Amino acid sequence: MSMIADLISYLRGNDKKTAVVAKERLQIILAHERAGRGAPTPDYLPALQEELMVVIAKYIHIDRESINVQLEKHGEYDVLELNITLPDKMRNNR
Amino acid sequence: MSKVIVVTSGKGGVGKTTTSASFSSGLALRGNKTVVIDFDVGLRNLDLIMGCERRVVYDIINVINGEVSLKQALIKDKNCDNLYILPASQTRDKDALNLEGVERILNELKESFDCIVCDSPAGIESGAFTAMYFADEALIVTNPEVSSVRDSDRILGILAAKSKRAVDGLEPVKEHLLVTRYDPKRVEAGEMLSVVDIQEILRIPLIGVIPESESVLQASNAGTPAIHLDKSDVAEAYRDVVGRFMGDAGLPMRFVTAEKKGFFKRLLGGR
Repeated sequence: MSMIADLISYLRGNDKKTAVVAKERLQIILAHERAGRGAPTPDYLPALQEELMVVIAKYIHIDRESINVQLEKHGEYDVLELNITLPDKMRNNR
Repeated sequence: MSKVIVVTSGKGGVGKTTTSASFSSGLALRGNKTVVIDFDVGLRNLDLIMGCERRVVYDIINVINGEVSLKQALIKDKNCDNLYILPASQTRDKDALNLEGVERILNELKESFDCIVCDSPAGIESGAFTAMYFADEALIVTNPEVSSVRDSDRILGILAAKSKRAVDGLEPVKEHLLVTRYDPKRVEAGEMLSVVDIQEILRIPLIGVIPESESVLQASNAGTPAIHLDKSDVAEAYRDVVGRFMGDAGLPMRFVTAEKKGFFKRLLGGR
């Protein structure tokens, strides 16, 4: 890079070193790829989903499809995500 | 107990064979009975790097097929008494290398060798998979460059999920990060990923840093593993790697900072 180009980029404040760019790009793509291949879903998940269904069904009438149990990896943490879609009627009652 | 160590990387051209040659030589120099196996069937090169290409008569596929004994196929290294080389086949296709056959060979080698170094081919196809499957430990050879780091991460994923140790539910394969072709000057200029960056991304312990050096090409030209070169940073760096592998935890990490040029060196334009 010429000195003038250096100066322009310095004045603009976008003089991010390429090594920093490389590291950021790697962190993003690898987080994505690791989540994709990740640890296979633990075998207790279907049973957990089944039992949650039973408990919730005691109070609310919901379909099997409206409850979703997922295990995701966020960096160092494993996040167990429960997603329960309540039926329309209940929401209307509010 | 003998150890099976795979030298792998995913990406090609990062220094797997250079490392296999120097690492196995270093282990032998430290008194370990060592054998280094070329798993790159169809594209063998370890024989050239070790300088024994004209002494290759039989190869690993001949042994797997029961055509010759292991003893007939092993080539004694010219530099180290304790080192033997098992070449890959140049003419056969890579599918001839099956897991059962390789396991049989490894078990036989374990009877007389302390260290079995497996030089993996590039990629994640059957040859690379076979090379890593039986490993107890792995050297992950990585260049400070995005595609190499990404491929190393992929290989680590495969080691953790599909190696024999993973499948059998044993203690996982012990992983070591080896950064090669490192240029501290470019790192300091912000033009190259640092060892710390790579370690932070791959999250495995560092076993060494091999500096970028002209002597690697000279070693390969001559068919002498780089670890034997006199007064070479690369040789010193590989000796450190072997030392750490053997348990010398106190060795300082060298060749990670740029050498400040002295006044006279700058005046004389020395490199």
